[in-house]
Amino acid sequence: MVPSYVPLWYYLLLSGFLFACGVAGFLIKRNIITIFMSIELMLNGVNLSFVAFAAHWHALSGQVFVFFVMVVAAAEATVGLAIIIAVYRTRETLNVDQVNLLKL
Amino acid sequence: MNPNLNLWLIPVLPLAGAAINGFLGKKSSRQGVTAVALLFSGAAFAMALWVAARFSSLSLPYHEFVAHWIRSGSFSADFAFYLDQLSLVMLLVVTGVGFLIHIYSVGYIWDDPSYYRFFSYLNLFMFFMLTLVLAGNYLLMFIGWEGVGLASYLLIGFWFTKDSAASAGKKAFIVNRIGDFGFLIALFLLIKHFGSLDFLAVFHQVDSFRAAGNEGLLTAIAILLMVGAAGKSAQIPLYVWLPDAMEGPTPVSALMHAATMVTAGVYMVSRSHVIFESSPTALMVVAIIGTLTAFFAATIGIAQTDIKKVLAYSTISQLGYMFMACGVGAFSAGIFHLMTHAFFKGLLFLGAGSVIHAVGGEQDMRKLGGLRSYIPWTFLTMSIATLAIAGVPPLAGFFSKDEILWKAFSSEHGSWVYWLIGVVTAFITSFYMFRLWFMTFFGDYRGAQADSHGHGSHGQDSHEHGGPHESPAVMLVPLAILAVLSIVGGWVGIGNRFENFLAPVFGLPLPAQSAAESGGHMELYLTLISVAAALLGFYFAYLLYHKRQDLPQKIADALGGFYEAVVHKYYIDELYAALFVKPLIDGSTRILWQDVDRKIIDAAVNDAGDGAWRVSDEVRHMQSGNIRSYAGWIAAGSAVVIAFMIWMGMGTQ
Repeated sequence: MVPSYVPLWYYLLLSGFLFACGVAGFLIKRNIITIFMSIELMLNGVNLSFVAFAAHWHALSGQVFVFFVMVVAAAEATVGLAIIIAVYRTRETLNVDQVNLLKL
Repeated sequence: MNPNLNLWLIPVLPLAGAAINGFLGKKSSRQGVTAVALLFSGAAFAMALWVAARFSSLSLPYHEFVAHWIRSGSFSADFAFYLDQLSLVMLLVVTGVGFLIHIYSVGYIWDDPSYYRFFSYLNLFMFFMLTLVLAGNYLLMFIGWEGVGLASYLLIGFWFTKDSAASAGKKAFIVNRIGDFGFLIALFLLIKHFGSLDFLAVFHQVDSFRAAGNEGLLTAIAILLMVGAAGKSAQIPLYVWLPDAMEGPTPVSALMHAATMVTAGVYMVSRSHVIFESSPTALMVVAIIGTLTAFFAATIGIAQTDIKKVLAYSTISQLGYMFMACGVGAFSAGIFHLMTHAFFKGLLFLGAGSVIHAVGGEQDMRKLGGLRSYIPWTFLTMSIATLAIAGVPPLAGFFSKDEILWKAFSSEHGSWVYWLIGVVTAFITSFYMFRLWFMTFFGDYRGAQADSHGHGSHGQDSHEHGGPHESPAVMLVPLAILAVLSIVGGWVGIGNRFENFLAPVFGLPLPAQSAAESGGHMELYLTLISVAAALLGFYFAYLLYHKRQDLPQKIADALGGFYEAVVHKYYIDELYAALFVKPLIDGSTRILWQDVDRKIIDAAVNDAGDGAWRVSDEVRHMQSGNIRSYAGWIAAGSAVVIAFMIWMGMGTQ
């Protein structure tokens, strides 16, 4: 018998995979934009688990939370991209290993 | 209802004088300082006289409430003053003798650069002493008690650039602290068991308290009070500070270390007579301490060569008499002797000051002599004082000392042992006082050349110091007044008038009264014996220090080691140094300083600092400035948090 809905753990698995990809990219990549995108990936992985749980438990709060996350992520993207542009203008690179003026 | 006497003004007036001279004296002239000091101390005296004049119209004891001070639960202590016959006597003695000595000091200290400081301290002393005397509760009395200790410290160390003066001041202060410790414990006990420090409130409870079977506690309180009194009044075992206190200017010695401050202990014991009387054991302790001190100090006085040291030991000895009187329950006799002693001992010290002034600072009697013709007025007044302290009738000392000896013999708490030691002491007193008299005033002047001014502070009066010269009138007038008082001061005791005056405070000692009736002749015989002792002392002094001046050395040689011990004050200072001071210093050095302070406290602080530095030094490498390492730390931290939350979540299921 084919279930009438996708089981919860499918979503969670995908969510965990997305989040893990985000973490890996966040740690491995050197380009700031890539790192930034990895962060977005993590956020959306988490969002996915939120909506999955919301659907599973028939509770709206998870959905609402996702909206908040998306709004904050949008704001963050604005500021973050602005900073990235500012960094590129002064340093002429986006390699984080070379953005290390605060190093001891 | 009593009129408002404004008793609080009496202590506050000298305080105002002290403040004015202390803050403004440096810039004002000597005349200005003199005027302020004399005005305010004189005003206190005038007010005391005014109170005395209105005394008979008051209903006693007069109680004056000024302000709340401490309120804590059911306990309270106020700024309150208390006047009865006892405080009146003290009040008159302190303000009267104090005022005279203020006048005298004008001449004595005139050339000192710190003139204003001296008078500021002197007025400050008057403030604290009058607070002590007029206080209405033990706590306010304690303020005065500590305050006179402070003034004493300041004035002993008045010439603080001299090392011996500075350390004498410290010694006086520290030895007094030991006594004050006992006093404080007594106050704590009073608060705990009586819930009050007010004189009347405490005394009213004593009887019922004793009836409840708490005599042991009363004994403890009384003996602790006596410890305080022994410190302030220089009794065994805390007398050692007084001889050293002679480093202070001579008027200070006269005012504080003879006439008033050191008698505070006698006053305190007399004021607490209700407590003492309820404990025969405590009375006996007081009597024994007093008697031993009287005798012991008198023997030391024989061998001293410094004119002020002789008087210092004499003071200790006379204070011993007062405590002997208190100890046999004859408080009024003790206060009587306190008063006459204030006159003649104040006079002796002022006279000694005049002698020292005359010879340019020399205090060693072996270098004096023959001064009779140089300073006739000083000689005359000193002679009166010497006769008075020796107990020659009809001078003041005779009446009071005889009263004490008679009470020591006849009182229910007394014993012939006290009397016998007292009479022997009277003989010794007479002997060393006439020794001083002969050595200072008779024979030939043995003073060195005019250029030797041993007394550093007196460097100023080296003006035309050809030979000994009489002091100025401003110093002689107080001498003359005190001399008159030393003669007539004892007459108030004739016919028990003084005792009857104080009777409302101390009560009439009935057993002594009956003894007096049965032994009327006895009293006469005992009086004759003590007069004979005084005359014998005179005769011996005459023989040894005037007629056959080679004899003292021979006797000293014959006595050998014992004489040495007496000269060195029985090595008590050395004993205390070895017994208390050295262990204390060693213990502080080795245990407190090197172990506790350096190895524990300092080490804890240093190690805490070093530890923080080392940990930080390691941890700072986290702050690499490398964004990807920050990212790693964030990821690792998040992982730890998540792991922790999962672990917690598993626990709840």
